[in-house]
Amino acid sequence: MATIELQQVEKKFGEAYAVKPMNLTIHDGEFVVLLGPSGCGKTTTLRMISGLETVTDGRILFDGRDVTWLHPSDRDIAFVFQFFALYSHMTARQNIAFPLQAQGESRAVIEQRVNEVARMLRIEHILGQRPGALSGGDQQRVALARALVRRPAAFLMDEPLGALDADFRESMRAEIKQLHIAQHATTIYVTHDQIEAMAMGDRIVVMSDAVVQQIGTPAEVYHNPANLFVARFIGSPGMNLVRGRLADGVIHLPGGNAYPVPEAWLPALQQAVGREGEVIVGFRPEAADIVDDGPLAGRVYAEDLYGGYTMLHLELETDEIIHVRTNRQLILPIDSTARFALDPAMVRFFHPQTEAAIHQEARP
Amino acid sequence: MASQNISVPKTPINYSIRVDKVGVRARIIRAVRIAAISVVAVIMLIPIAWMSMTAFKSRPDAVAVPPKVSFEPTLEGFVSLIAKTRQLTTEQIAEYEKNPDLNWADRIMLRRGQAIIGVSEYPRRFLNSLIIAGVSTVFSVSLGLLSAYSFSRFSIPGAGDLLFFILSTRMLPPVVVTIPVFLMYRAVGLYDTHIGMIILYTVFNLSFSVWLLKGFLDEIPREYEEAALVDGYTRLQAFRKIVLPQAVTGIAATTVFCLIFAWNEYAFALMLTGDVARTAPPSIPSALGTGGIEWARIAAGSMGFLIPVVIVTFALRKYLLRGVTFGAIRK
Repeated sequence: MATIELQQVEKKFGEAYAVKPMNLTIHDGEFVVLLGPSGCGKTTTLRMISGLETVTDGRILFDGRDVTWLHPSDRDIAFVFQFFALYSHMTARQNIAFPLQAQGESRAVIEQRVNEVARMLRIEHILGQRPGALSGGDQQRVALARALVRRPAAFLMDEPLGALDADFRESMRAEIKQLHIAQHATTIYVTHDQIEAMAMGDRIVVMSDAVVQQIGTPAEVYHNPANLFVARFIGSPGMNLVRGRLADGVIHLPGGNAYPVPEAWLPALQQAVGREGEVIVGFRPEAADIVDDGPLAGRVYAEDLYGGYTMLHLELETDEIIHVRTNRQLILPIDSTARFALDPAMVRFFHPQTEAAIHQEARP
Repeated sequence: MASQNISVPKTPINYSIRVDKVGVRARIIRAVRIAAISVVAVIMLIPIAWMSMTAFKSRPDAVAVPPKVSFEPTLEGFVSLIAKTRQLTTEQIAEYEKNPDLNWADRIMLRRGQAIIGVSEYPRRFLNSLIIAGVSTVFSVSLGLLSAYSFSRFSIPGAGDLLFFILSTRMLPPVVVTIPVFLMYRAVGLYDTHIGMIILYTVFNLSFSVWLLKGFLDEIPREYEEAALVDGYTRLQAFRKIVLPQAVTGIAATTVFCLIFAWNEYAFALMLTGDVARTAPPSIPSALGTGGIEWARIAAGSMGFLIPVVIVTFALRKYLLRGVTFGAIRK
C-alpha cells in the first residue's frame, strides 16, 4: 500500500496541454476517483501515474520515493483496463497467474494465490476458460483478479465498468467497492460517470480541459461545487444555475422572481459582485420545495416520473428551465404555475465572470 | 397459457429450417453456385493435373499426339531428374541386363537404353533452394517483425517518410537492377554464394513483410502490452509473450508470401549463381537442352518443386484463412 503524490505534474502533446500542472496527494488506502468528460486529461493522469505515459514536467512520488522515470514494471502497481486487456491466447487461470510469473513466484505459491483471488471474486468455475468464452462481467472479474493477485502498492482503474451492460455495471460497482473495503488498497479510479464517482470515491478529483476543477469528498463536490463546471457536471440533472441581478439585498431572477438574499450571504455577495451586480444562483433540484405560498414561481414545462420521485421542469422564462425534485404523488398540470421555496442552507452563489463559487467567509 | 400450444421438438433440429435456405429458389441458386465453382476449380486444376500426369509418363507417352490420358505410369521422369545417365549401345544393354545387382531405378533407365552413372545436379540445387529460401524467409519475417513493431508502437521521427522509403524499394521491377547487382556482387565476392542470395531475397522481401506485419500489429490493441508492462514485464518480454502469440496469423501469412517469393525467384537466381549456389528454378529449364525436350523430367522437377511450398502452406493454413482477410482480427 502506498501514498501517491503528484507534484506539479503536467503533460503536453506537442504544444497542447493534456494535463496542466496538477498537485494531488492520495493517501494510503484511499479510493480516489478522477472524474471528468472525455478528453479532460483524467486517463492521461492515470497513465502517467502508472508509467505508461511519461510526464512532461513535475514529479510523482510513491511513499516519498521518486518514481517519475521508473518503468511501469518497477512501480508495483496494477492497472485495470476499460477493455479488460485479457490475453486471449491464455485461459483465465493463466491470465491471473501472469503477473506472478513475472515476479518469479514458485508454482505452488502461484496456484495458491490464484485460487485465493478466484474465490474472493467467485470465478473459480471459469478459471479453465479462455476470455473469449466469458461474459463481459466475468471478463472484468478476471481482469480484477489479475490486478489483485499481485497485492500491488496501488490499483489504477481506467473506466473498468465502461464496457459493461448497465445492470452488470451496478453490481460490479458494489463488488469493486467491497474489494476496496476488504483490501484497503490505494485505488485510483477513472470514470466519466458522476454517479459512479459519487458512489465509489472517498474523494473525487473533478477535471475538465486538462485542469483540476475541484478535489473533495463526494458530499463536498455535490453540495459545495467550486465552480460552474462542477455544479453542472455533478448530479443528474446538474445544479440549477440561474443568472440574476443583485440589488438592495434582493436577487432579481428571470420571470419577475425576486429572491431575498439570506442575511449571512449578503456581505460575501456584495464583496464579490458589488452592491449591484450580476450573480448566478445555484441550487440542487432537491433544495426547492413546491409550496403554495413559495416566493418563487415558474410554469410547469414537463414532468418526469421516476417512481420514487418526480422531476419537475419549471420554466421561469423562455429557455430558462430549472429542475425541481418533488414528492412522487405530486402531479401538476402542464402549463400551470408552480410556486416554490428554496432551502436557504442549500443555495449557492457563483461569480458570473470567473465562474467560481462565492464563499460566505473568506477562506485561507 | 399460450405457451402450451407451441409444440417443442423432442430432439434438437440441427439442420436449417429457414425458408431462405430450403426454398426451391434458394436450392436452385445454391446448385448453380456450386456448379459454377466446380467448373472454375476444374479449369484451375487442369495444368496441375496435366503436370502431375506428365511427370509419370514415359518419353513416348509424354509427346504422344493426341495426348494420352490413360497410360502406364513410370518413375522415369523422376529418376532421370535426380540421376546422371549415359546412353548405352545395344550390346552394352544386353550386357547390363545380365548384371544381377540392378536396382529398380537402374531397370527403369535401362528400358530407355541408359545407365545411371551418378547423381545429377538437381538434388543439390533443390537443397540450395531450400536453404536460401528458408533462411531468407526467416530473416525477412523476423527483421520485418521487429521493425514493423517499432513503427507500430513507438513514435519514430519521420516514420511516414521511412515507411514510404521502405515501400519504394518495391516500385520498380527487380529485374531492372540485375546487372548492377551482378556487378556489385562480383566485386565484393558474393556472386554464386548462398549468403549473397539470402541477403538479396531478404532485402527484397523486407519491405513487403514490414508493411504487411505493421498492418497486423496495428490491429493488436496496445492495452495488451501495457497490461503486461504494469504486470512487471519488460518491453521485450511483453513482445514475446503477448504480441507474438497474438500476431501469429500475420506472421504465418507473411511467412508464406515471403517463402513463395524467395522459392520461385528465377531471374536473379539465373544471373547471380553459377554452380555452387544455383537454385532449383533455373535448373528445371536446363533439361530442355540435352537431346530433345524431356517433358517428363521437367514435369517431375516442377512437381517436386511445388512440394515444400505446399507443405508449408498446408501447415499454416488455419492461420492463413484469417490472415488473408486482413482486418478480421477480433479486437
